[in-house]
Amino acid sequence: MNGLPDEQGHFGVFGGRYVPETLMTPLLELEEAYREAKRDPVFCRELQYYLTQYVGRPTPLYFARRLSERLGEVRIYLKREDLNHTGAHKINNTLGQVLLALRMGKSRVIAETGAGQHGVATATVAAMFGLQCDIYMGEEDMKRQEINVFRMRLLGANVRPVACGSRTLKDATNEAIRDWVTNVKHTYYIIGSVVGPHPYPMMVRDFQSVIGKEVREQIQDAEGRLPHYLVACVGGGSNAMGLFYPFLEDDSVNLIGVEAAGQGIDTGKHAATLSEGRYGVLHGSMSYLLCDEHGQIVPAHSVSAGLDYPGVGPEHAYLKEEGRATYVSVTDQTALEGFHILAETEGIIPALESAHAVGYLPALVAGLPRDRIIVVCISGRGDKDVHTVSNLTRMANHNVF
Amino acid sequence: MFSNGEKRIDEVFARLRNRREKGLITYIMAGDPELGTTERLAPLLAEAGADIIEIGVPFSDPLADGPVIQAASERALRNGVTIGKVLASMQTIRAHMQVPVILMTYYNPIYQYGIERFLDDANEVEVDGLLVPDLPLEESEFLRQQASNRGLAFIPFLAPTSSPTRIAATAMVAQGFIYCISVTGVTGPRDHLPISTAGFLGTVRRYTNKPLAVGFGVSGPEQARMVSAYADAVVVGSAITNILSRGNPSKLPLAQVTTFVRMLKEALMA
Repeated sequence: MNGLPDEQGHFGVFGGRYVPETLMTPLLELEEAYREAKRDPVFCRELQYYLTQYVGRPTPLYFARRLSERLGEVRIYLKREDLNHTGAHKINNTLGQVLLALRMGKSRVIAETGAGQHGVATATVAAMFGLQCDIYMGEEDMKRQEINVFRMRLLGANVRPVACGSRTLKDATNEAIRDWVTNVKHTYYIIGSVVGPHPYPMMVRDFQSVIGKEVREQIQDAEGRLPHYLVACVGGGSNAMGLFYPFLEDDSVNLIGVEAAGQGIDTGKHAATLSEGRYGVLHGSMSYLLCDEHGQIVPAHSVSAGLDYPGVGPEHAYLKEEGRATYVSVTDQTALEGFHILAETEGIIPALESAHAVGYLPALVAGLPRDRIIVVCISGRGDKDVHTVSNLTRMANHNVF
Repeated sequence: MFSNGEKRIDEVFARLRNRREKGLITYIMAGDPELGTTERLAPLLAEAGADIIEIGVPFSDPLADGPVIQAASERALRNGVTIGKVLASMQTIRAHMQVPVILMTYYNPIYQYGIERFLDDANEVEVDGLLVPDLPLEESEFLRQQASNRGLAFIPFLAPTSSPTRIAATAMVAQGFIYCISVTGVTGPRDHLPISTAGFLGTVRRYTNKPLAVGFGVSGPEQARMVSAYADAVVVGSAITNILSRGNPSKLPLAQVTTFVRMLKEALMA
């Protein structure tokens, strides 16, 4: 299971390169450059240097005593990706890719962004290395995430509004691909998740698997054994893939991905691609997909803008088909409960994305024998979502304040 | 059923060679703004001089297309056009028109419809060829094989970024013709085409005797004439769609479209 993808970028039937011919040679060149970089000790040392000195790795694996007690007789650990520079796991990937872009001699980077977290992480590393940076963002998302738009502009990035289609992440991704097709000679496209054509799902997974590698060591130190469960939220699936990957061969470790059920699966307003979608092709790879019987992509819905994506990484599709990982979904409401419980028991305000993973814990713990060890990835911090949650709370007339 | 679309496309290029003309391939989006227009327009295009008609199937996420075709796609989808309805429409078009028809569709609509079912139904309504912009050589083997079994031409793309190895491999499997993308970019009319197009087509020629059609960016008769010096046919899409979109739905400028097509074809003769 660790040997995938195959040479053509396939994870079983998933993955691959479903792109216009114009991009095929650039993708092959990117793959070669990446494979060389990975073998080059200088590249690896440089990446390691910035991960330590700039991002602040390793991030802690924190034993959440009060949360564990609240939920039952289990031992819950939090992988604190929210403590990374820029406040989320996204920078593990943008840092790796920007170093690759420099190595390939590209002078400009572009990226798509939904909630703005990947956009901010890209703008950040572009600023650090002095590269020209354009970020595509749907007009709808720009309205919802004003602060992140401002952050990206502060960092010197050019935020380009996308007015086509549903004006959200999937359309921003289309527009970024169109830019790349046009300017491929000098432009590097930094994809933000384990999606897109080969080699992106593999490459982003590799850069993010620093999460799982650290957890492996940290949990051995803390507990002297591997965890029983790994839990992470899944939109495109990069923090989950990064956490899961170093444990794929450890059959005793259960892998659980938590998708966004939005307002409820039955309402049709959700982003539970793996739970409810069908096989299909979007943005360059075969995976699970939210689309209608005619092949048109159906917009996703979630309170968390970062999970609001109608596709999912092909390797997750493969892990689901192989039965190696389990994918569940929780509603906006349950995610909000996770958001509050973590704030109240541990003094940690998680991103709404990560709150989905926390929100699933009560259901998971309910059926478990005592002393099970659970590692939850807190993929990002929740400052960006405080405004959203405050509005929702007011609307629900909740008496938190 | 074996339809021999490939043979019909070959015949078009043989005839063009005999007359020392270059071919005109006109692209329209099916269902823009509704399927009735497409059914009326396709035969008019053929009458005005189009040698092959390319019909687009609308898709929600057309990542190889520029703003003009994106907008056409959105108009068609708003009117509920589906791949199945496009195939049904083909029957009407076929009753009024003999020139070869190729369908241009992204892969997901075909995949959801069912690859073999799609090919059977396309054959049934006498579609001659297929263009799938997000299905490169590496991913297209099954579709190519199945299309070939039914006599449908699978027309591959080549781009200015294609390496010699890819050009050679593509030439090996090409049926009908090869669609050569003039610029690295998306569809849409451009004021100037790069000078390197001539060099690119020259390179492709070294690997194949198959007819070469040039598309992406051809905006009018003068450009068509210029690129046709190095190609066997020219594809014009966004420029036609632009004219069509300027009218209002109750009074579409079909006469303007056919006049434009006539001018394009004249530029490709002699």
